[in-house]
Amino acid sequence: MNTTDTTTAPNSSPRDRVTGTTFTRGLGVVILAGMILLVILGLFVSPPDVNQGESVRIMYAHVPGAWLAYLAFVVTGISSAAYLWKRTRSLTWDRIAGASAEVGVLFMGISLVTGSLWGRITWGTYWTWDARLTTTAFLFVTYIGYLAVRGLGGTHQQRARRSAVLALLAVLEIPLVHFSVELWNTLHQEASIAGRGTDVEMDGLMLFTLFLGVVVFTLMYVWLVLHRQRSLALDDMLDDSGLDNALTARRAEAQGVAR
Amino acid sequence: MDNAGFIFASYIITFGSVGAYALGVIRRSRKSSRDVPRDQRPWL
Repeated sequence: MNTTDTTTAPNSSPRDRVTGTTFTRGLGVVILAGMILLVILGLFVSPPDVNQGESVRIMYAHVPGAWLAYLAFVVTGISSAAYLWKRTRSLTWDRIAGASAEVGVLFMGISLVTGSLWGRITWGTYWTWDARLTTTAFLFVTYIGYLAVRGLGGTHQQRARRSAVLALLAVLEIPLVHFSVELWNTLHQEASIAGRGTDVEMDGLMLFTLFLGVVVFTLMYVWLVLHRQRSLALDDMLDDSGLDNALTARRAEAQGVAR
Repeated sequence: MDNAGFIFASYIITFGSVGAYALGVIRRSRKSSRDVPRDQRPWL
């Protein structure tokens, strides 16, 4: 009978920290508090919009989601460039790129779904082949492709090199998505806060709630990327040790045959 | 509240999917860390 305890590593306890640190635990508490405040302000306290009514409450989830997706994909691009540059070449950059892309896809998916729900209320349809929506969907599919490429076989270095090249090409789509509302006539509104020549006429509490959403989502992004990057490092260590064990076994087998 | 179903759904989808992803990452890390000694985790 196999009595080996497979639930913990030989030198770890069941309560051992896996990918967490004191910093990430503290950050988690801040995020939870921020999320609760965001839900209360976004759903119940902030006022309805003059034109859009109550549906504007979706903005507090939709806009930070889109912002985070952009940020995540830019971080993926920068980390990929850092990996490709010989002076800073390290698999840590590759894992940050991978983790950031994964989190970016999550937030882009959230942005697409919440945008679709918002569109159903304001435009009367869940989806239309509008320039902003189409370019966003294209960006989403591109990064799913990026994650698929990361999952192809090969060494860690091969994975890092091919995905870094792809990430540097994919990041070029972001300006196209962002400026699509200015380049083409679209149903989607232009940037209401940071747009060129925009005159912000937003209620103070609405602006604060939106700002809180961006801060909370950014902190969520940091927490998720830290954990995912460490999780990828664990996977790479397991891959390496698995390969070492397989090589040792083959060598032992070969020596046995030679005798 | 008008369109409450759409509004609540957008919040549930947002925080539900982030929570599910976070749990998935932690679960996957726990599974992987069983065979990786603590001293090989540079963040600890």
